[in-house]
Amino acid sequence: MESGIFSLFLKAAIAVTLAAACLSGAQAAEDGGLELEPLVVREVERREVDVDRIDTEDFEVGIYGGVMNFEDFGSDRSYGVRAAYHVTEDFFIEGTFGESELGQTSFEALSGGAQLLTDSEREVTYYDVSLGWNVLPGESFIWNRWSFKGSLYLLAGAGSTKFGGDDVFTVNAGVGYRFIAKDWLALHVTVRDHLFESDLLGESETKHNVELVGGFTIFF
Amino acid sequence: MNKHKVHAWKQLMAFLLAALAAMPSWALFEKYQPTVVVDDPYIEMHTAPGRGYPVFYVAGRGEEVTVLKRQTDWFKVRTDRGKEGWVKLAQMRQTLDLDGGEIDWKEVDFEDFSNRRWQLGMSGGDFDGARTLTAYIGYALTPNITLQLEGGEVLGDFSDGETAAASILMFPFPEWRISPYFTIGTGFIRTQPHTTIVQTEDRDDEIAHAGIGADVYLSDRFVLRMEYKRHTVLTSRDDNQEVNQWKAGFSVFF
Repeated sequence: MESGIFSLFLKAAIAVTLAAACLSGAQAAEDGGLELEPLVVREVERREVDVDRIDTEDFEVGIYGGVMNFEDFGSDRSYGVRAAYHVTEDFFIEGTFGESELGQTSFEALSGGAQLLTDSEREVTYYDVSLGWNVLPGESFIWNRWSFKGSLYLLAGAGSTKFGGDDVFTVNAGVGYRFIAKDWLALHVTVRDHLFESDLLGESETKHNVELVGGFTIFF
Repeated sequence: MNKHKVHAWKQLMAFLLAALAAMPSWALFEKYQPTVVVDDPYIEMHTAPGRGYPVFYVAGRGEEVTVLKRQTDWFKVRTDRGKEGWVKLAQMRQTLDLDGGEIDWKEVDFEDFSNRRWQLGMSGGDFDGARTLTAYIGYALTPNITLQLEGGEVLGDFSDGETAAASILMFPFPEWRISPYFTIGTGFIRTQPHTTIVQTEDRDDEIAHAGIGADVYLSDRFVLRMEYKRHTVLTSRDDNQEVNQWKAGFSVFF
């Protein structure tokens, strides 16, 4: 009988303990729920969009190489660097800096030994700042198989050319095509005429110097 | 390398540094890619940033898209389904943030012109009968006062030269669309006679100037600048030389 009463108390004690454990467990779970709340609040605060912080890729830098023809002085390789800032979808400002070399005039080649210019005077450097207009943007196709994203652009600008040892004011006009290979990578082909006045061969006259180059640029 | 080359490379470096300075996003290495919700019936996604590239996908109202980057007024976005394409600003305006709030797309307009900080430009003109080319970078201390550094070339029939100057520009009416200014400054000019002319020495002279001009706001970030300056060349000869310079050109501001 005693053991029966003892056993009853024991069962009651176990029941109370379990109930307490369950309650405290439930309490703990509720506490845990409360602890999570601040995380949700923090996420809400971060939702406002700051447009200025979005990565903007309006600048383009790259290198190019090709051939440049100098009136009376033949053609030679030409290479340089290019940087551009895209102000709008349609217009960009482009700066180029390049180097080339003057060959021999027909007179020098035929006369045997006569040299009109020294070696250092034959070195040509030039820079230009031009306004570019993406005149025909769009996708182009070769057969059914290949499509290219790109744009035909027109260039016009001014700069300076070191020609025959002197710096001469130069205007340029040209046309180019930009292939968009990746969002950040473009391939260019450009034909450009550099015009300046020169009296190097006697009379002062306008010289046309046409340049054909290819290159690539990276947007950042 | 001769000094012409060194000079040209220096000019190039200056241009690149200016470009870097003008681009605060360069400093942030972590990419900020916010999520927005389409609030128009749909937004059109193009294959490249420009009106000439075809629409290949549309994201409908209520869809969430992640903005990856921007090129001029085009935004590259990624949809939940992983489609990536370019959306123009006019359509991005019809998106909301995740709380349904409107987004400030901060379009560049006339107000930004009045409050511009950096201005980078190039101009050409006449310098006492010779042609002149100038590149400049200006920083606005206040809307009324701008500090400016400029470098230029003077290309004449008989000689050519290089100039460098620092100036202060005062804009009395920065809120005008055609904003006039006064300028004073100082610098130096180097003159090199042409090789076809009987050789004389290269000269370095100090130069001071005063002038007036106007900035005309065109659109977006484009500004047209016209300027007249009167230079006093402080020559080593007995007389100082007075030179008139007329210039016009374009600049962009940030």
